[in-house]
Amino acid sequence: MIQLLSGNEAIALGAYHAGVRVACAYPGTPSTEILEYLARFDDIYTEWSTNEKVALEVALGAAYGGVRAMASMKHVGLNVASDPFFAASTTGIDGGLVVVSCDDPGEHSSQGEQDNRHYAKFAKVPMLEPADSQEAYELMEWAFNISEEFDTSVLLRSTTRISHCKSVVHVDRERPVALRPPHFNRSPSKYVMVPTYARLRRQVMEERIVRLRAYVEDFPLNEMLLADRKLGVISSGVAYQYAREVFKDASHLKLVTTYPVPENLIRRFAREVERVIVIEELDPVLEEEVRLLGIPVSGKEFIPIIGELNPEIVENSVIQAGLLPASAKMSPVLSTSAPELPARPPLLCAGCPHIAAEFALRRLGFYNPCTLEDLPRERKIPAQLKKSGLIITGDIGCYTLGVYAPLYAMDTTACMGASIGQALGLEKAGVPNKVVAVIGDSTFVHSGITPLVDIVYNQGHTTVIILDNETTAMTGHQGHPGTGISVKGTKTQRVELEKLARGIGINDVNVVDAFDLAAIESTVSRCVESDEPSVIIVRGACPTLVRTTGTPLEVDSEKCDSCFACLRIGCPAISVLEDKAWIDAGQCVGSVCRICAQLCPQEAIAEGNQ
Amino acid sequence: MKDVNVLMVGVGGQGVILASDAVGEIGMNNGYDVKKSDSLGMAQRGGSVISHVRWGERVFSPMIKKGEVDFLLGFEQLETARWSPYLKSGGVAIVSDVVIVPVSVIGSAVAYPGWEEVKGILTQHASEAYLIPANRIVLEVGNPRALNMVMLGALSVFLELKEDVWIESIRSKLPSQFVESSLKAFSMGADEARAMRQAMMARSA
Repeated sequence: MIQLLSGNEAIALGAYHAGVRVACAYPGTPSTEILEYLARFDDIYTEWSTNEKVALEVALGAAYGGVRAMASMKHVGLNVASDPFFAASTTGIDGGLVVVSCDDPGEHSSQGEQDNRHYAKFAKVPMLEPADSQEAYELMEWAFNISEEFDTSVLLRSTTRISHCKSVVHVDRERPVALRPPHFNRSPSKYVMVPTYARLRRQVMEERIVRLRAYVEDFPLNEMLLADRKLGVISSGVAYQYAREVFKDASHLKLVTTYPVPENLIRRFAREVERVIVIEELDPVLEEEVRLLGIPVSGKEFIPIIGELNPEIVENSVIQAGLLPASAKMSPVLSTSAPELPARPPLLCAGCPHIAAEFALRRLGFYNPCTLEDLPRERKIPAQLKKSGLIITGDIGCYTLGVYAPLYAMDTTACMGASIGQALGLEKAGVPNKVVAVIGDSTFVHSGITPLVDIVYNQGHTTVIILDNETTAMTGHQGHPGTGISVKGTKTQRVELEKLARGIGINDVNVVDAFDLAAIESTVSRCVESDEPSVIIVRGACPTLVRTTGTPLEVDSEKCDSCFACLRIGCPAISVLEDKAWIDAGQCVGSVCRICAQLCPQEAIAEGNQ
Repeated sequence: MKDVNVLMVGVGGQGVILASDAVGEIGMNNGYDVKKSDSLGMAQRGGSVISHVRWGERVFSPMIKKGEVDFLLGFEQLETARWSPYLKSGGVAIVSDVVIVPVSVIGSAVAYPGWEEVKGILTQHASEAYLIPANRIVLEVGNPRALNMVMLGALSVFLELKEDVWIESIRSKLPSQFVESSLKAFSMGADEARAMRQAMMARSA
């Protein structure tokens, strides 16, 4: 049977057909769909874990229990899970364990760019890289087999253009009927890593890599294609596809086992061709491996080290490097000047429960870099506006978009959960400002709880604002412990954030309606002046999840005096028509929101007549 | 077997991805190798959406090279203009008349371009550019979410496959209550494109 599958769907289906029994993940672009797809199968256990570290630990426990298990995550998720990732390499497993890392070259939806291939060598774990969905499907079975044969976890590394690209897959396997029964073989010298036992495992790890080096020489999915011998191109992953697209006549070596690499195969390939180059995305990982073999090689001197590749970047780079004649370009791009067109920046949605809180923070005295000229006719500046009043440490989620115009309500964003620790750090450094941490509900549960405990223990008085939209919105509305909804959509025990905050010793815990601007402002004003730590939960449902809309609002153009205060919240439903504010009824969520109506000095905004 | 590169562009929420999934599956079911790649950016809604679909004997790159798009299927006028440099010389642009003004236009010196301007940008690359009256069609069929079906209908005129192939794919992708209005939108989109194309050919003949 043939199916058009994305890389993520193929990874999931490949794992299912390989007999995976336990699959765990925390959502993160571009990895999210793997677990969503797996959750459709009733005969495996799937969970949204609290974070990637927990996901990998649950999977590791399951693998100790003799069954096949996996954890999938985005590249930066593996940073969070790096502790158990190294530990799994040390202890080894019983049932197969596969860690899927989906990197995001070009940072389509990430706070940083990193090449997770380094993790394989770092943790001494074998790595496989698919070049399309077909290979993603097949490699999952190989990955589990290698894991069990060599008593190791295996890293399967994908990237955005593998995970999110669809290609044709020949689905030729089925899930085995008989799976290994769960069992735990007690073995303290293998599973209890006190130094005496851990030192013994170090020996095992080094011996394992030596055996793996021999194993990968005959790995059937590594592919040598000898054509024109003047140039030999080594590549892996999606870069292989670009290499084939651009170098139609050259010889190619596609590597699927990218750690350890098949050294003899590379040597054989190099002997067959006059010149060897490597085309790879991000760091020169393969290039350095080839160079270590004493083979003259080039790659990153002309292929960019930063960002995502695509066929024209590869083509232009190799033409500039003199590896292809300029005439090789199939269709020369016309040298017309690019037209100047308005941008379409990402925005918070109409009815977003983050808008009022972020607007309130800016209005309460956040540094205001917004020049007044960027609004058509600004007349009224809110009276409370004080420069440099507040520092807002931010976190990762939709609300991070509040950094842009017109909200400008974010001073920092580093990594998951960092807002709270950073806020305490700024406070302890003695900055003269009040400090507020802003974090979403899912991110708070992921890694905001431990720094909040730190604030209690170390007697900070930071205010932590949890923007609780009751979902993990940015990655597409996944459940998390605070929602009480499982990955399969069933109801489960909900972790109540307000009880949690009180339980760890925060006495000043407030729950505020996300669409009540006055209540948010008064609560924040009171909390930042207080000498004790506080938590404000700003609660309101994500409008793209809970699609309840009220009567759309309308602007009474008679009353509107064109002050455009309503434009300052950045609601995409509000724009200007004939020099008056105008609300798009198709986008406005209506009476459930009303933030613009609360702002209008002329009281010109109200529910329409319909 | 002729290679076909289709670039489908629009704004989040317009149904670009479902439509490009359909184009991908139709290619596969007709014996092509297929690759498809979507770029969604950060916004759940309201941001630019770009979908590359490639049919061929054997397809390597999931992304189309600049200057090699045969058909630019634009669900929104500004987004279509933005991606015009991807058209190959002699390619075809099929554009819905839907306009979604981005917030960046408010108070900015850069105005939203009108159709004549968009057409001018497109025909620097394309040999043909058609404006499909999608706004009217979705009103007529009474299904505001059928824009993607109008556009699939218009594209189908250029791809020389039997109409059944498209209809079967649409049926398999949609909940039953939307099938009738979607198929109507599809055939109205096809009729508009066919008529425009014939008029164009008559003029050039």
